[in-house]
Amino acid sequence: MMNKEPKLTKEMFEPIQQQFHEAEKISRPSLSYWKDAWLRLKENKLAMLGLMIIIVLAILAIIGPYLNGYTFYEQDFTKKNLRPNAEHWFGTDSSGRDLFTRAWYGARISLFIGLMAALIDFTVGVIYGGISGARGGKIDNFMMRVAEILYAIPYLLVVILIMVVLEKIQRGIWPIIIAMTITGWIPMARLVRGQVLQLKEYEFVQAARAMGASTTWALKKHMIPNTMGPILVNVTLTVPTAIFTEATLSFLGLGIPAPQASWGTMANDALGSILIGNFYQLFIPAFLISLTMFAFNVFGDGLRDALDPRLRK
Amino acid sequence: MLIYSLKRIGLALLTLWIIITLTFVLMHSIPGNPFAQEGTMPDAIYENLQRYYNLDKPLLVQYGLYLQSLLQLDFGPSLKSSSISVNEYIKNGFPISLHLGTQALFIAITFGLIFGVVASLYRNRWPDYLSMILAIIGISVPNFILATFLINYFAVEWKLFPVATWKSWSHTILPSIALAMMPMAYIARLMRSSMLEVMNQDYILTAKSKGLANSTIIIKHAIRNAILPVVTVLGILIANLVTGSFIIENIFGIPGMGEMFVKSIFNRDYPVILGSTIFYSAILIFLILIVDLAYTWIDPRIKISEGKK
Repeated sequence: MMNKEPKLTKEMFEPIQQQFHEAEKISRPSLSYWKDAWLRLKENKLAMLGLMIIIVLAILAIIGPYLNGYTFYEQDFTKKNLRPNAEHWFGTDSSGRDLFTRAWYGARISLFIGLMAALIDFTVGVIYGGISGARGGKIDNFMMRVAEILYAIPYLLVVILIMVVLEKIQRGIWPIIIAMTITGWIPMARLVRGQVLQLKEYEFVQAARAMGASTTWALKKHMIPNTMGPILVNVTLTVPTAIFTEATLSFLGLGIPAPQASWGTMANDALGSILIGNFYQLFIPAFLISLTMFAFNVFGDGLRDALDPRLRK
Repeated sequence: MLIYSLKRIGLALLTLWIIITLTFVLMHSIPGNPFAQEGTMPDAIYENLQRYYNLDKPLLVQYGLYLQSLLQLDFGPSLKSSSISVNEYIKNGFPISLHLGTQALFIAITFGLIFGVVASLYRNRWPDYLSMILAIIGISVPNFILATFLINYFAVEWKLFPVATWKSWSHTILPSIALAMMPMAYIARLMRSSMLEVMNQDYILTAKSKGLANSTIIIKHAIRNAILPVVTVLGILIANLVTGSFIIENIFGIPGMGEMFVKSIFNRDYPVILGSTIFYSAILIFLILIVDLAYTWIDPRIKISEGKK
């Protein structure tokens, strides 16, 4: 009995691990942070409406000026103050310029100013805030005091002052963008610094530092990517502020010089025509400014909810 | 608390000094001579003008003289009208602007809080949607567009209110509304989310289980706690009101400080731009200081964290 060979078949030595693998297998595709956010964002109807409006406006800003054969600067004094009709879809202004073409040409300039200002605020703010937060100590204290003092000057006052100086040197789009970003980056810097101060204490950053990562590397690879959510929301909300500020500057006579047009200058030009009953001339730029601000605001809010569900209220 | 207050006051003064210096340097770095465009002018008159405005002295001396006059609360002369100084502009215009601003702030806070609280209590029902639509409109429509629409409909078409000039109380209603809309929308949104958060807290549940009436819970427990974030943004909202007044006063033809400031921009009247910027900054820094100090007084938790440092 003792020497009876145990019945060992080949099948008994088959690895069973395959079944374990099956049990542990994640049945659905894994979602990255951004995919997850996108799924949540898609559910938010208002935010998607905002996104749609932004896309439509952007497309019209690109192709709109070529759609009906007029140019934004061509004046025709025989066709002044025409109401919207088949030939001039949005009517004409007090110099006989086609308002449809001007509206979309203005969209280009207003959107360009908005996006450019947001981009510059983003770049400067992230670098300044990142360095301030990552270095900490005295450097941080000094950098934040400087930002705090600059931020104490009311935003619009700074923009007006810088414009008054810059317009003597050069007029156009860039002086406006410079004036708007000269203190516009500060909220972004404060946001990034706050986030970096928190993230710096996290284990994965500490681990990277322990393995010899430099401050810049840790900042670039770990901290900034992890604050991208709030940063993106801030960028989205900077665009409407910039468009609004540009419109206000135009209203103060510090905007884009004629014959170029932004929505702000169009609204300002139209103010003189209201009293003679041409309300439509104001309505078009006013509606477009408000629509853009609405779209960016609701999209930004939706983005905030989607990226950080904890904050959802 | 006293040390904290003194620190804040010191920082405010430092900020003001830096603003004065920066704006002074900026205004004096504008290329060209302010009298250059006046055309042909006898040399003697030109030199006299230069001397009158201290433009013949070195920049550092000019700066010293300017600081000296600011300390005596003299905001300087005007380039365009030799008889009126910045001080006189402030004396004539500021009370009007203050009246407009206070009224707008009152509207913004009252209605902002009401809309915010109502929206949070009727969450996801029509009062919520209505207040939040109103808030989105308030944030999306720039004040100068809102102002022109108000004038066009309420004053010109329906003739409900008089506009232009600043004579009776009914003249003040439309501009106050136009100015208040944006801050009101911000307060409403902030108050809504703050209320929603507070209503989920344990102490609200405790109050409920004690059998307190709903109105008592909302007024005594919820609103009092939810209002704190609104107080923090009050400084920013006041700054918003001040800069908003430039445009509103201009559109409604109100002879306040904002209108004067816009006019000085149009006229490129640099000393007036300089003087009023400093005046505005001083007022705002003062108000924000008061808001900050009030906040530590309202919310005792701030003091504890301050003490830990």
